[in-house]
Amino acid sequence: MVTIEIDGKSYQAEAGQMLIELTDNNGIDIPRFCYHKKLSVAANCRMCLVEVEKAPKPLPACATPIMDGMKVFTRSEKALIAQKSVMEFLLINHPLDCPICDQGGECELQDVAVGYGKDLSRYQEGKRVVFDKNIGPLIATEMTRCIHCTRCVRFGQEISGIQELGATGRGEHTEIGTYIEQSLSSELSGNIIDLCPVGALTSKPFRFKARAWEMQQAETIAPHDAVGSNLYVHLRSKQLMRVAPKENEAVNEVWISDRDRFSYEGLTADDRLTTPMIKQDGNWQETDWETALAFASENLKKLESNNIGALASATATIEELYLLQKFMRGIGSQNIDHRLRQVDFSDQNDAPLFPYLGQAIADLENSDAALIIGSHLRKEQPLLNHRLRKASLNGAKIMLFNPIDYDFNFKIAEKIITTTWVKNLAGIAKALLETEATLLPAKMQELLAEVEITEQQRAIATVLSATQKGTILLGNLATAHPQFADIRSLAAIIAKLSGANFGYCGESCNTSGAWLAGALPHRTAGGKPVEKAGLDAQAMLTQGLKGYILLGLEPELDNWNGVAALNSLKQAEFVVSLTAYKTAAIEEYANVILPISLFAETSGTYVNVEGNWQSFKGIIPPPGEARPAWKILRVLGNLFELEDFEYTSSNEVSEELSEIIGDKLANNKMGWQIPEKLETQEAEGIQRITEMPIYSVDALVRRADALQNTIDAKITKTAHINAKLANQLNVNETSYVQVKQDEIMFTLAVTINDQLPDNAVLIYAGQNATAGWHGQVELSATTEGQT
Amino acid sequence: MSTLLSEQSRTEIDAWIAKYPPEQKQSAVMGALKIVQEANGGYLTTELMDAVAEYLEMAPIAVYEVATFYSMYELKPVGKHKICVCTNISCMLCGSDDIVAHLKQKLNIGFGETTADNKFSLKEVECLGACGGAPMMQIGKTYYENLTSEKIDDILSQLD
Ligand code: SF4
Ligand code: FES
Ligand code: FES
Repeated sequence: MVTIEIDGKSYQAEAGQMLIELTDNNGIDIPRFCYHKKLSVAANCRMCLVEVEKAPKPLPACATPIMDGMKVFTRSEKALIAQKSVMEFLLINHPLDCPICDQGGECELQDVAVGYGKDLSRYQEGKRVVFDKNIGPLIATEMTRCIHCTRCVRFGQEISGIQELGATGRGEHTEIGTYIEQSLSSELSGNIIDLCPVGALTSKPFRFKARAWEMQQAETIAPHDAVGSNLYVHLRSKQLMRVAPKENEAVNEVWISDRDRFSYEGLTADDRLTTPMIKQDGNWQETDWETALAFASENLKKLESNNIGALASATATIEELYLLQKFMRGIGSQNIDHRLRQVDFSDQNDAPLFPYLGQAIADLENSDAALIIGSHLRKEQPLLNHRLRKASLNGAKIMLFNPIDYDFNFKIAEKIITTTWVKNLAGIAKALLETEATLLPAKMQELLAEVEITEQQRAIATVLSATQKGTILLGNLATAHPQFADIRSLAAIIAKLSGANFGYCGESCNTSGAWLAGALPHRTAGGKPVEKAGLDAQAMLTQGLKGYILLGLEPELDNWNGVAALNSLKQAEFVVSLTAYKTAAIEEYANVILPISLFAETSGTYVNVEGNWQSFKGIIPPPGEARPAWKILRVLGNLFELEDFEYTSSNEVSEELSEIIGDKLANNKMGWQIPEKLETQEAEGIQRITEMPIYSVDALVRRADALQNTIDAKITKTAHINAKLANQLNVNETSYVQVKQDEIMFTLAVTINDQLPDNAVLIYAGQNATAGWHGQVELSATTEGQT
Repeated sequence: MSTLLSEQSRTEIDAWIAKYPPEQKQSAVMGALKIVQEANGGYLTTELMDAVAEYLEMAPIAVYEVATFYSMYELKPVGKHKICVCTNISCMLCGSDDIVAHLKQKLNIGFGETTADNKFSLKEVECLGACGGAPMMQIGKTYYENLTSEKIDDILSQLD
């Protein structure tokens, strides 16, 4: 610690810390453009000049390390003159037409010019003009306004990990851009809108829609991934205009993913449902709440309770999920589930309290090695990936076990790309056994006896056994696998043998909450086992029940087997859907549709992957007659005369639940779980791989127009195969393949993608209803239109 | 691996790479661009820059930044002789305006242009570190200093 003096007051500081960090922490204003606390120091704008005693010239506060005894003057005449001059230089080439600039009113340049600049311009010559660039559907550019601070460029290098923007040219001819026209592909790209201090980079969907001073700000929690990023939403007269990050170092730092930033567009989609509707004699008619709910309860009451099943999306709040399961158990049915993307439930009784990360989100940064099993982490959980990227930059060895050789934005130390999961994981476990003197149950030894270890497996094992802070993470491709139980137990064994942390990457914004609330057939609220488990999500649909209650779902897109889901729903006698949207599919299978509130329209709580409960208020009114689902479920409970269904706020619901949960904590450390047998056969024929792509994960984001125009959304419409397989099938990128799977046929255009193994085809989920997400398929060349 | 870089070019680039620590391959980018430009008859294309990026494991945009920053790289075809005239401060004070005017008039082209016979291109550059001999220009690898109109006529007439 050293002592320095700033403007006559003395401060304690770390030696070597930059001056601006100290002044920022102590509320001393220093103007700046290029400095940003999460980016490297560029010191190119010179706006932060201050006077330092004994230094002949003013020094930039962002690049001046603190030294003992330093005397700094931020408002001395010398400092003020320097700041004024820099401001004058910056404005030479900057247009002075703030009234027609989208950033006007919330522009750092405007603010600093008012605070530190002159009130008159002496510049009379012509100004530089730079043509705008098209960098994709999310970000609008007005490059004449750029002041070359390079924050956006450094963001690409340092944070998103894909350098797409750069500074080309020199001196007056310097331009920020991509050089050749291309869309930004980063899933974090929207953050440069916040970083850009001027109106050069602004939000395309929000452009020219509202002024900063017309809007109010409210706080909420992001409704998609398992991180639960903290958000600000900006409203103008009860309309949500845009979304921005709220700083929370432990959760999202200062960033948010593009999905969280732009999905709000789905709130006002054309197919938004605004009135309750019932189907009578095949005709849909709008009605009032009373009639609709009476209709729903009368018809449900006609069915045997264990012939009714409830399926919920894990984007519902914990209050809604708790009430739904309370309702189901109240009427005597254990058939409730949210695990729509899972198919192997055989070890569900041994599952942890919820799919827990196994550590705090921020701790991922301190890993020295990690093995990611079955995850396109960059697109599944962009900000968890960001934490691992930081670890990697600090030297951690991040390793992959995936069916597809996805691009990652950091160095991958080792990888296994395969469609044969169990055999390869068993190999890693066995390789670990060679070095770790642990007693493994005899049964496991037996199972592993036949397994042969490959070099790659041994390499991964070697890294893991050498680490102090290792992490094994299971992703969504693992959860959806038909051999999930074996994969999970092998992953746990690998973690146990190597002393690594074992965790899950999480799925939706409230997957943890759904487990805690008891939206499960085998456990009620707080993880308490039920006497006789009900049907799981797949069984409910394959066995065909008479009645279904759906919460926030598009089962044909959300479920592991969309076609099977649709068929069962169509054959059911009575289907109630609590939904925000009215689709052709819903009209076909449902009998009552009840409009529910979405993101920002309801109060509630999400529990993120580290077990952090984050509550939020309703900010904007839902459209028309739509209501928060917890209120609808409460009334349904009343109509069934169930006990204890008199809630007046969502708070009361979550309090009741947290009392039930008490001090139970998630813990991923399990005893040995030894699979019955290891399915070590190489998969035969062509295997289907299915990924739920980033912009299709839930009903809201599926309707966000700008996101649907990104590269990430556009690649999801086709079947991806590698060049070798394409050759064998005699197809190319202009042709189509017919996919035959379990007697179901569909035709897709072809994308050649050499990230795939030879024996596999990648078909994205969430597009059209197709068959199950895994299994053998037959592919053949075909012409378009033939199905 | 891209086949745009000839065997010969790759060997030459490897010699540059060898001068730097193995994890800092990108330090060889300037050398590599020069080699590739010469092999391509004096200018770079986007494809060639992409090939260099791939070879040095850099982001393509990082290569574009270098290629557009330095005046020794050309992004469009140039004539046989590239005349680079310094107009930076020392040369300007010593009369580079007149030198430029004379060249433009003599060759009947502006900056960034090439004569119809493809013989000469004219380019404005920043300080070439020869301020002592201002005003100056560079043609090929040769510096010509203390220029006058007559001297220029003389120099150009000797180039074939
Ligand atoms: S576009 Fe914005 S963030 Fe990027 S360099 Fe220009 S002013 Fe800075
Ligand atoms: S903020 Fe210090 S130089 Fe830009
Ligand atoms: S200013 Fe022309 S060579 Fe330096």
